[in-house]
Amino acid sequence: MVHVDGNAAAGILREVFAAEMTAAACVCGHCGAGFALAETHAYVRAPGVVLRCPDCSGVLLRILRLREGLSVEMRGVARIEI
Amino acid sequence: MSNATAATEPLHTPLAWQAVELVEKLPATARAATLVLRAPAWPGHRAGQHVDIRLTAEDGYQAERSYSIASTPEDAALSLTVERLPDGEVSPYLVDELRPGDLIELRGPIGGWFTWSSEEGGPLLLVAGGSGLVPLMAMLRHRAATDSRAPARVLVSASAIDDVLYREELDALAAADDAVEAHIALTRRQPPGWTGFARRVDAPMLAEVGFAPDARPRVFVCGPTGFVESASSALVGLGHDPSLIKTERFGPTGA
Repeated sequence: MVHVDGNAAAGILREVFAAEMTAAACVCGHCGAGFALAETHAYVRAPGVVLRCPDCSGVLLRILRLREGLSVEMRGVARIEI
Repeated sequence: MSNATAATEPLHTPLAWQAVELVEKLPATARAATLVLRAPAWPGHRAGQHVDIRLTAEDGYQAERSYSIASTPEDAALSLTVERLPDGEVSPYLVDELRPGDLIELRGPIGGWFTWSSEEGGPLLLVAGGSGLVPLMAMLRHRAATDSRAPARVLVSASAIDDVLYREELDALAAADDAVEAHIALTRRQPPGWTGFARRVDAPMLAEVGFAPDARPRVFVCGPTGFVESASSALVGLGHDPSLIKTERFGPTGA
C-alpha cells in the first residue's frame, strides 16, 4: 500500500487533539528525527490512520475509529509541540 | 456573564460535520468537475487547505475522503475540483451523480501546514502532478485576489493536454502578470506543435523553471506520492532548502 502524508490525517488528528496539528513539530521516539506531522507517512485506508516516521518508518501514532469514539496509541512519539 | 458562557463551552471541540448544498457543477476535464458549494457555516479558509467529505450509504457504511479547496478565501463561494478515480468510492459519486440542490456532508477547513498567504511573500514555486494542481491553484488565485507581487512560477505535469486542469485560467494569469509563469509538462501525448515540456518532471526541468535556490522560493509540491517524492528530492538536490519545501501526497492515483 502506498502511503500518503500527514496532511491527509489532519481531520482525524483534529478530532484527537482538538487543534490544527499538521504544522505541529514532532520528534520520533524511535530515531529522534524531527519533522512536522504533515511530513509523516500516513496510511489512511484502514478505519483510522497510522502515521510513520519519514526517516526510520517506525510507527509514531495509530488512531483507530471505534463504534463510539477513537482509540489512540502513540508509543512511538517522543514529543509533539502544539 | 462571560464566565458562565466559558464554563458551558465543551472542553473538546471537534470540527463539526455540516450539510452543504451543491450549487453548480462545472466540467473541468473529461475526468474532473468543479463543485461549487453553499456552506452557510463556512468560517473561511487559507489557500492550500482541504475539506473532508463523508458519504453514508443506506446500510450505514461510511466513506470519507479529503479534497483540496480550489477557491481562494476571497471568493464568494467555496469550490472543490474533484477528479474521478475509476475504482473510487467517493469521487465517481461527486463527479457523476451529484446534482445541484443535493446535500453532502463536509467538514473543514482542515490543515495548516500546506498553506500559503500572500502576507508570507514569495517567490513562489508551485509544482503539481495531475490534480495536485488544485490547492496550488487556490494559492495562485489568492495571490491574484490580494494583488500580491510575489513572483510565482507553476509547473504542472499531466499525461496529455486535455488532462490539465484550469489551463485557460493559468494561461490568462500568466498573460496578465509578468511576475507569473505557467509551464506544462506532458508526459505521454503532446498535441502537434507542442512547445512545452514533453517528459516527466526532473531536476533539469526544475532548474530551468524554478527560481535559483539563493532566491529562497517557497516551494509547494502536490501530487501522487511517487511524483512528490521524486520532485522534492530533485529540488533538494538542486540546493533548495528542505525547510522551504512543503509537500502533499495523495496516493498512487489520487485521493
